[in-house]
Amino acid sequence: MLESLGGQIFNGLVSGAFYAMLSLGLAIIFGLLRIVNFAHGTMYMLGAFVAYIGAQSLGLNFWVALVASPIVVAIVGIVLERTLLSRLYKLDVLYNLLLTFGITLFIEDAMRLKFGMQGSPYVIPNQLEGVLNLGFMIYPTYRVFVIVASLVVCIATWLLIEKTSLGATLRAATENPGLVRAFGINVPALITGVFGFGCALAAFAGVLAAPVNNVAPLMGDDIIIPTFAVVVIGGMGSILGSIVTGFLVGVVVALGAFFYPPISGTLIYILMAFVLLVKPTGLFGTLEGSR
Amino acid sequence: MPEALLSVRNLQAWYDESQALFGVDLDVREGEVVTLVGRNGVGKTTTLKSIMGMIPSVKGSVTLHGSEILGMPSHKIARLGIGVVPEERGIFSGLTVRENLMLPPVIADGGWSTERIYKLFPILDERKNSIGTKLSGGEQQMLAVARILRSGARLVLMDEPTEGLAPVIVNAIRDLVLDMKRDGITVLLVEQNLRFATKVSDRHYLMVHGKIVETLSNEEVVHREGELLAHLGV
Repeated sequence: MLESLGGQIFNGLVSGAFYAMLSLGLAIIFGLLRIVNFAHGTMYMLGAFVAYIGAQSLGLNFWVALVASPIVVAIVGIVLERTLLSRLYKLDVLYNLLLTFGITLFIEDAMRLKFGMQGSPYVIPNQLEGVLNLGFMIYPTYRVFVIVASLVVCIATWLLIEKTSLGATLRAATENPGLVRAFGINVPALITGVFGFGCALAAFAGVLAAPVNNVAPLMGDDIIIPTFAVVVIGGMGSILGSIVTGFLVGVVVALGAFFYPPISGTLIYILMAFVLLVKPTGLFGTLEGSR
Repeated sequence: MPEALLSVRNLQAWYDESQALFGVDLDVREGEVVTLVGRNGVGKTTTLKSIMGMIPSVKGSVTLHGSEILGMPSHKIARLGIGVVPEERGIFSGLTVRENLMLPPVIADGGWSTERIYKLFPILDERKNSIGTKLSGGEQQMLAVARILRSGARLVLMDEPTEGLAPVIVNAIRDLVLDMKRDGITVLLVEQNLRFATKVSDRHYLMVHGKIVETLSNEEVVHREGELLAHLGV
């Protein structure tokens, strides 16, 4: 019983690792651009596909894909931001939400045309095959790697934003972009970079997910809605909130599934409704952050 | 008379459909401190923001060292050596005092070193790890000016630096502006406090309904203080 409960908590941490990386990217983008990026799940899917195509066509291994795929998807994000999103900044943010929704439909359908609905398998790298004895239980090595890699990326991103001068510029631009620009900082370039970075985070999560799930055109759809719930629970635009809530929600949902399986699919939304009733700005959010 | 460092001609500005400036003309020469006075809502802040490229709908001409800057993005204007101390100080609540101080990039040589800034305002050193907005109003104003001086800006646009501050702090700001003047920094100041303005400025422009209507010397401002105060609605 205890070992299965431990296993379930670790399964929750694995789901949480994906929620954390995706909601972190969404939070960074929302913080600076005030855009709810509906295409974020698509970037996650593209990340997995770049790894898959790279392996099939160029023989790229997992470790190269883990670096190359976020770079490729960041470039896709930068092109989208420069050519499409930036044209709508002067309009209500809902227009960009609709635009990112349209981009999602367009890219997903293009991928379905090319690769079909059936998912394609992506093999676990040799070094991460097998299981690991954690002392209190046995757990697949690759899944432990997913948790650790996600934690490293999330903490590094948090440090970048909270402890560096680039991060300070980013936080200031989130608060008052006009004034930051009047200080001589190229805020539009910063926005483009942030959007690209957010997309790269989603792609990194996508590569990590490729060996766990099949690589499929709709894989982003399955995860993006719960990720939006994570962002709301953590607090819109809150970096720390996204990371902590991502892992927390993963574990809570996994425990819900363990004790009462019928509730597992809806638990995250019950949690979101509860948090919104008790603390409308989210667990870590502020009024300024959600304005 | 030396050529103007900053020259504004027939500057017009709009917020959506509403026109805020109706043809502002002014000159600021190198090393001068010049004040824009006028009651609330006449377009003083809009004039500063238009010079800085922060208002999208503008017409007319703004030249710096004879080169046109109107229509340039504000980050490029700043890089030409213009710094801004905005209305209500613009201290970032998500940044520490030190992060606020270090935020503007160095845009030209000759900016104040952090040592000089900390020597003049020891509180900024003592509270460098506090959140910027936790400082008192006067300390925040010092921080707002200090960060621009650190950047090396040679022309500083200051918007109501004494607003809401105690007289002792106003005196400290006066000394700071005089220090800047001694360093050869040019200042275009928006100010309602005429006594402060006459102590730091060389000349004053009176603004009414989005236009400059009169240029005043310090003596004229002192002589006509009552009339001007009535005019400003103070």
